[in-house]
Amino acid sequence: MVILKLFLAFLQVGLFTIGGGYAALPVIQNQVVETYGWLTAAEFTDLITISQMTPGPIGINAATFVGTRIAGLPGAIVATFGCILAPCLIVLTLSMLYKKYSSISYVRGVLSSLHPAVVGLIASACLSIVLQALFPVVVSLSGLDIAAAVLVAAGIFALKRFKVSQITVILAAGALGGLFYSLVERF
Amino acid sequence: MRKDIKFYGKLFSGCLRISAFTFGGGYVIVPLIKKRFVDEYGWVSEEQMLDYIAIGQSSPGPIAVNTSAMMGYGLAGLPGALVAVFATVLPPLVTLSIVSVFYSLVIENAVVRNVLRGMQAGVAAVVLDVVIDLIAAVTKSRRAVPIVLMAAAFIAAAVFKVNVALVILTCAVYGALTVVKARRKERDNGHS
Repeated sequence: MVILKLFLAFLQVGLFTIGGGYAALPVIQNQVVETYGWLTAAEFTDLITISQMTPGPIGINAATFVGTRIAGLPGAIVATFGCILAPCLIVLTLSMLYKKYSSISYVRGVLSSLHPAVVGLIASACLSIVLQALFPVVVSLSGLDIAAAVLVAAGIFALKRFKVSQITVILAAGALGGLFYSLVERF
Repeated sequence: MRKDIKFYGKLFSGCLRISAFTFGGGYVIVPLIKKRFVDEYGWVSEEQMLDYIAIGQSSPGPIAVNTSAMMGYGLAGLPGALVAVFATVLPPLVTLSIVSVFYSLVIENAVVRNVLRGMQAGVAAVVLDVVIDLIAAVTKSRRAVPIVLMAAAFIAAAVFKVNVALVILTCAVYGALTVVKARRKERDNGHS
């Protein structure tokens, strides 16, 4: 039963990915390329490229991509469901505990020492997002994408000064960037 | 806050929009959640948001799904969690099932690639904007311990590529020890 195999494979992807994002890649590769041979290594690289281009967690992207190719839409739904089932059950349990105990001073103390660490982790992710945008090929002075730097600066200015909505900033940057890079390629 | 159809509609569309614009990894949801659910709706405090992210990161599975499940549960129990998770899963599910059919066309299309390159800059601006606010909130306290914890976590993740779950676990142990120590001190003072 390929549907059942899809479910079990992505159940493991969901369960064994801790820390999100690229921590999922080796687990997905192990299941999808090595264990079941659903994708070739080249297709797996394509999957990573697509995941970067499309919204959403890479685990869900992989589940939908592999599921669709192996068993159409039902495959996509089953694989996605498998991927989120275990995490959701665990997180719901934690949510219940959180609701019950988060006001207790012990728990409060632990959580409040996590906050600055979480901010540090978010800042680290932010750094790699910004570097990736400004230096698409290599991080060096000549590798700086000036157009991207202008877009980032203009975006921050619009967000801070004029309180433009985030989605507007992302879409406007896409439109302006798309136009600019396409013109540069043309001429 | 009444848990009526309007509430669930707002929760659903909020999570849907956040998920639809989460390009480039789980952390991009942070600025989007902060703007919509903390600043605009006022449903979640910044403290709670950081709690959700800390727990969402340290348990298995996609951070975006975990965080929205926690937020949904916190707002409206199990139905809230289900609505939030469904709304979070829907955009990538729909996008990928369309894209996977003719993905080579999409990957090789120059215009698509250029638009996405521009959007990447937009996402960078959005994330940077909120990260500046979050860092400012920590440094504003002028207390040494949180600032050191923040810097240490940043260096561990950015320079040494330590798994985020491990970073959070270490800080949790540190936090627990601090609480125990503070309790003991309090008790000793009480006896003397």
